[in-house]
Amino acid sequence: MATTTTAEETTTARPKPPRKQKVATPKPPWWLWVAVAGIVVFCLAPFYWLINISLKTGPDLSGADIVPPNPTLNNYDSIFKNDDFVHALGNSAIVSLTTTALALVVGSFCAYALARLKFPLKFFLLGLVLSITTFPPIAIATPVFKLWTDIGLFNTLPGLIIPYLTFALPLAIYILVSFFKEIPKDLEEAALVDGATRFQAFRKVVIPLAAPGLATAGILTFISAWNEFLFAVTLTSTPKARTVPAAIAFFTGSTEFEEPLGTIAAASVVISIPLIFLVLFFQKRIVAGLTAGAVKG
Amino acid sequence: MEAASVQAGTPTGRRSRGISERRLAAYMVSPSVILIALVAAYPIGYAIWLSLHEYSVRVAGLSRWAGPLGLRNYSNIFSDTEFWQAVRTTFIFTAASVTFEVIIGMAMALAMHSAFRGQGLLRTVVLVPWAVLTVVTARMWQTIFDPTLGIVNSILGTDTVWLGQSPEALIVMIIADVWKTAPFMALLLLAGLQVIPGEIYEAAKVDGATTWQRFRKITLPLLMPALLVALIFRTLDALRIFDLPFVLTKGAHGTNTLSLEAYQTFTANNIIGKGAALAVVTFIIVMAVSFIYIRFVGGNIRGLAEE
Repeated sequence: MATTTTAEETTTARPKPPRKQKVATPKPPWWLWVAVAGIVVFCLAPFYWLINISLKTGPDLSGADIVPPNPTLNNYDSIFKNDDFVHALGNSAIVSLTTTALALVVGSFCAYALARLKFPLKFFLLGLVLSITTFPPIAIATPVFKLWTDIGLFNTLPGLIIPYLTFALPLAIYILVSFFKEIPKDLEEAALVDGATRFQAFRKVVIPLAAPGLATAGILTFISAWNEFLFAVTLTSTPKARTVPAAIAFFTGSTEFEEPLGTIAAASVVISIPLIFLVLFFQKRIVAGLTAGAVKG
Repeated sequence: MEAASVQAGTPTGRRSRGISERRLAAYMVSPSVILIALVAAYPIGYAIWLSLHEYSVRVAGLSRWAGPLGLRNYSNIFSDTEFWQAVRTTFIFTAASVTFEVIIGMAMALAMHSAFRGQGLLRTVVLVPWAVLTVVTARMWQTIFDPTLGIVNSILGTDTVWLGQSPEALIVMIIADVWKTAPFMALLLLAGLQVIPGEIYEAAKVDGATTWQRFRKITLPLLMPALLVALIFRTLDALRIFDLPFVLTKGAHGTNTLSLEAYQTFTANNIIGKGAALAVVTFIIVMAVSFIYIRFVGGNIRGLAEE
């Protein structure tokens, strides 16, 4: 199948096509500029609107001005004074980082065995890992909700981290397997010839070489944990354990029925910033990870 | 595979010291297997058990076998109009959003592939919607379609309450999903386009094929595997949709999806057994689609499993 090899082939093939096309079409057609402009507007304009709203307060919020008439950072000020939001940021950081770390450590062992070692039921295990990435989280949240209320893990951070592994671990394993497979076997074999054990070869040779793959898997796992919403709202009930996505969903104003759109917009911009930086710095890595076996992040 | 394993086997297999390869594999795999069993397999089994019982959180510990053959929760669901409404919404949402995502994603991928300058920058721009949290996406489109401060009404000169009426709310939900995931589709398709050798196009050009013919006869067939994988991925994701309707409308005005319906049944209404049954039904629908998916990318797994 062509897609199976996209991850490896794109990295080697990527520099080629642009060079070829430069020769074939020296001048870009006008429609291409229109299309590129269209893509940029499609992707960025809605986000601009969010920033626009976040800079408005009071009466400005009842008009649809494209540029805030009296831009102000008051909304940003107020969300950082909102204890629930600040607490949620901390919760999100703890939950996402812990999930990512656990998934990477446990997942890298499993991925190495899947990529390199010979053992029975390997095909079955890969199929299992792959099928778990397609589980609807609601099917896990319902029984876990009941279980956590029984054993006291409901509305706690460990109560979130454990179910987060259902998507984080298979995601990490799947990405890591394809990266481990790309590492040349010779280096490992040389280490084995020099008297290293298989595990030493894994730890001292493969892991350092797989650093880019580990980074990719880490970034994608972190983003999906940071984004997770279903467990975050079903398994928590108060700001004590709520993560940022849940906090933003439950944001209410001074009265219960008023939705403070300016503050919500500011909070939304703030939590998007770390992700936009990740995308700016690791664009290549993220794309490679997404296209490695077409894993959704 | 034979040749590959023989080649790899000779130097490593014999020289490895300490424990055997098989045992090492067992040690390395078991933490993941145990975790997967605990966090995925066990809950699914427990969900099925719960779905066959009548259980209420209000009366702690009250649990009994539900109805004829334990299937009363299921018969309750199937005679429930809300359930069929949720099925309908979920499928309309899935069909519409995936269709638009393929069309827009394909257009974006073709444009990005032809753009020979600023490809890296374009890829970064395209990753922005993908990286924006779904909850933020929902809040964003809420402000765009807001009756008073939204830009849509101001451009159209209307005062429609988009998220407060029946077909419109679902349309906004579809637009939000298309915005968030068409770029992801574009990246997958772009990766597929980049492995098509340019020589084929040049040969076709020499033979006098038009742009449309080249797209129909070369690009589309060669892109099919990438397109199928992207399509099935998006379908599975769309069938599970939860966060968009939760934030946009709380499931009101014809936007209640299966996942949201199950959530509301077991949290707001505290009917665990029925909620679990809904979750199991959602699980079965998604797994049926996922089975097709596994069959398509089965070659992929086999490729990864090979030495």
